[in-house]
Amino acid sequence: MANGTTVAVDIRNAVKRYGEFTALKTISLGIADNEFFTLLGPSGCGKTTLLRMIAGFEDVTAGEIFLYGEEIETLPPHKRPVNTVFQNYALFPHMTILENVGFGLEMLGQSKAQARTRAGEMLELVQLSQFAARKPAQLSGGQQQRVALARALAPSPKVLLLDEPLSALDLKLRKAMQIELKHIQRETGITFIFVTHDQEEALTMSDRIAVMSAGELQQLGSPRDIYERPRNRFVADFIGETNLLDVTVDRIDGGIAECVLDSGQRLSCEAADSVAPDSRAHLSIRPERLVLGHDPAAPALKAQVRETIFVGTDITTLLTLENGPEITVRSSNSARGNKRVFAPGAHAFVAMEPGAARLLVD
Amino acid sequence: MSTVTDVRTYRGFFTVTVLCLVILYAPLAVVTVYSFNASASITVWEGLSLRWYSDVFTGPESAKFKQAAINSFSIALIAASVATAIAVTAATAIVRGGRFWLRLPSLGLITLPIMVPEIVLAVATLIFFNAIGFTRGYLTILVAHIAFCIPFAYLPIQARMQGIDDTYEQAAMDLYASRAQAFRRVLLPLMMPGIISGFLLAFIVSLDDFIITNFVKGAGVETLPTAIFGSVKQGIKPNIMAISTMLLGVSVVMVTISYVVSKWDNTK
Amino acid sequence: MAGGAPAPGGVASQTFASARNWLLMPSWAVLLVFVAAPVAMMLVYSFLTKEFRGGVIWEFSTGAYDQFFCNRGLFGDEPCQIEWTYINIFWRSIWQAGLATVLSLLIGFPTAYFIATRSEKTRALWVFAITIPYWVNLLIRTVSMKFLLRDQGPLNDLLIGLGLTEDPLRIINTNLAVQLGLYYSYLPFMVLPIYAAVERYNFTLSEAAADLYATKWATLRRIVLPAVKPGIVAGCILVFVPSLGAFLAPDLLGGARNFMIGSLIEEQFKGNAGNWPFGAAASMILLTLVLLVLLVSATQQRRTKGAV
Repeated sequence: MANGTTVAVDIRNAVKRYGEFTALKTISLGIADNEFFTLLGPSGCGKTTLLRMIAGFEDVTAGEIFLYGEEIETLPPHKRPVNTVFQNYALFPHMTILENVGFGLEMLGQSKAQARTRAGEMLELVQLSQFAARKPAQLSGGQQQRVALARALAPSPKVLLLDEPLSALDLKLRKAMQIELKHIQRETGITFIFVTHDQEEALTMSDRIAVMSAGELQQLGSPRDIYERPRNRFVADFIGETNLLDVTVDRIDGGIAECVLDSGQRLSCEAADSVAPDSRAHLSIRPERLVLGHDPAAPALKAQVRETIFVGTDITTLLTLENGPEITVRSSNSARGNKRVFAPGAHAFVAMEPGAARLLVD
Repeated sequence: MSTVTDVRTYRGFFTVTVLCLVILYAPLAVVTVYSFNASASITVWEGLSLRWYSDVFTGPESAKFKQAAINSFSIALIAASVATAIAVTAATAIVRGGRFWLRLPSLGLITLPIMVPEIVLAVATLIFFNAIGFTRGYLTILVAHIAFCIPFAYLPIQARMQGIDDTYEQAAMDLYASRAQAFRRVLLPLMMPGIISGFLLAFIVSLDDFIITNFVKGAGVETLPTAIFGSVKQGIKPNIMAISTMLLGVSVVMVTISYVVSKWDNTK
Repeated sequence: MAGGAPAPGGVASQTFASARNWLLMPSWAVLLVFVAAPVAMMLVYSFLTKEFRGGVIWEFSTGAYDQFFCNRGLFGDEPCQIEWTYINIFWRSIWQAGLATVLSLLIGFPTAYFIATRSEKTRALWVFAITIPYWVNLLIRTVSMKFLLRDQGPLNDLLIGLGLTEDPLRIINTNLAVQLGLYYSYLPFMVLPIYAAVERYNFTLSEAAADLYATKWATLRRIVLPAVKPGIVAGCILVFVPSLGAFLAPDLLGGARNFMIGSLIEEQFKGNAGNWPFGAAASMILLTLVLLVLLVSATQQRRTKGAV
């Protein structure tokens, strides 16, 4: 928990089964008040199921969910002070934008006039006041997205749930909305729980990220944490791009392991907790932390260039190491970057920045 | 489009379509035209006249047809309304009730009246009323119509409901609407075109029915189809053609409403 | 889970699951009492003894079925020989309904296909044109047909006027008239399901077939027809089943010689001359036939589905 602040949502040993199929295997999570929290994972990992359990659309097979200390898993959705921004927005197509945004307030017992006033304010917040009288079908995707956000925020929920709300938008709009969402979260101080399969989006926006796979929590931590210190092979592979080399662990001393590549070359690197000596493991090295050069100075790896790819901001070089494994090196296309370009077939040496390699098990 | 590059169209299909429409419309057109015939004979054309239309309302058979029309339209209105209400509740349970073992049996039961040939349903209903000792008359016709109108009201409603994403109700409940409020404020308005189509279809099917009505009506209670049938048995008279043309008009109005409703979209 | 169904096979919408028993109750009540119970009662009646003034005597008897299938001579005391009268009526009805179905298909398929290949705007108008007759009272349509086909009716006037015939053609009270009547009654039922199927058909497949040297007719037979087969089967059932039990077309257009099942059954319940158990038995046999047709087509559909 970040800094021991108040817990907004506390999930204790939650399990979700559909008949024979287990969608969530005993998950426990604490989400702090005022936090931008992201559930990240590939499709089918159980992240949306978990979100829908918090919202109240799925019942909990076993376990408890607490919202600011109050047990909520048996409450129907309309009695939970949380609101959702749905993936397809679910704007009521037969109501105007203003009616949509005011709907929750009306259901909470506010008069129509009160609800309208507040809805108008919310539309101002998302800069859509001029569309108040329109129907959802007359708005663009990005505008609908903002209406959905305004509608969910209007009743001032304690927690806002966002189910891949940006997935239907094009890249530029998505980037703009990421910043806007982050801004609104900070402004309102509401706890956001955000579900996405896009790791870049998660890294950009979140205070903390829970990486999920196959119904299990893989790692929980800050974006920096999970990018730089992935706990297992899945996290390293799923978050960003990485090189994974098979190695044998020779010995471990104080978190630093000595390991042997298949070519016989020895390397030392930071090891994750679960790595044991004399076992097979994977060495994870981010491509941007590798440097290409002509010098055979240790601990550089000898390699042959297969392909050089120009991608604008970067230059990516694909290489084959001795004994066959492939490795990718990325250098920034800037004055400070390593702009040395190798032709296919040329020999090169791959050097590692200190602390770049991390040893992981499956 | 060139016939060489066009792989979709087939020569001759257009001719068949025209033939199809001619067969469908020729009898109706002929009857409509002859309903305006001034002649008392149905074979000789003596010029345009509204004579037979006024005969329908003032002639010797006018009282009979007036009562039959009142019976027909009141039964159709009540039967279609009740059947539609029942169909809405049933569709909500079947489309939004999750998976449950009664789902398929319910669907089977609801569609039973269109699976069973009409004459069989007529016999069964007659036997049923006879067995329980229920006197045949207006009420027996009404009850029988409610029962066989249910599937006709149900199918368009189900089709519409299946097209409505259930996240709308979830969003409503997420925004603090109770189940009943979510139904009334969100699901019902979105279903409305389906409900209207279902109602109109049930209405027309009730108005149309001859066989079942003929079996379960008591002596002296007539609907328009049974009255027309009784009259036609003694030969086609010009006033029947006038009534037919008016009923044709009713059908065209109904189908037009239904068409407009199907295009109508309360989301724009 | 990103937009997908959370469990294998998907979970049906269940927003109103908790109220479903209440919601189902009205339909169950009405349909059990007024449809299912009557059909069961009809089965019971078919095994009762007839009363001479209509109605039944509550005494078990297989007499109705015996009368349908067995000829026991003038005094009813001979051993059972097959009685062909009623079987022939059924057979003729099946044949008539089958013919009407084939005829409807021959005209209905090209029509449906033609409409489905129009532009989106005109398509709606064509469908509208096909739908209107379906909404018109069946009795009125049949009476109109009778009026048109009469010996001194407009059709014969036209034929004589064109010099195609000297004496009026005798169409009314023939099998042809019944055919036309059935066909006219149920043609929209054939066109609409086929239209729906063709509309969903992906015409790129036709282009692919043409690209692979298929002629137009080969494309139609090998590619289009298999793709829209479910629509064709649905259309055929929707025409065949009501035709089999039709009453109005044979009664008004066919006359006494072209008796079909519907008239046979109706006669048993008319006035005092009827035989209720026999009418109930004939209805049971008709119902069994129809359920067999539905069952066969359902298994057929399932098989083709499984094969894909």
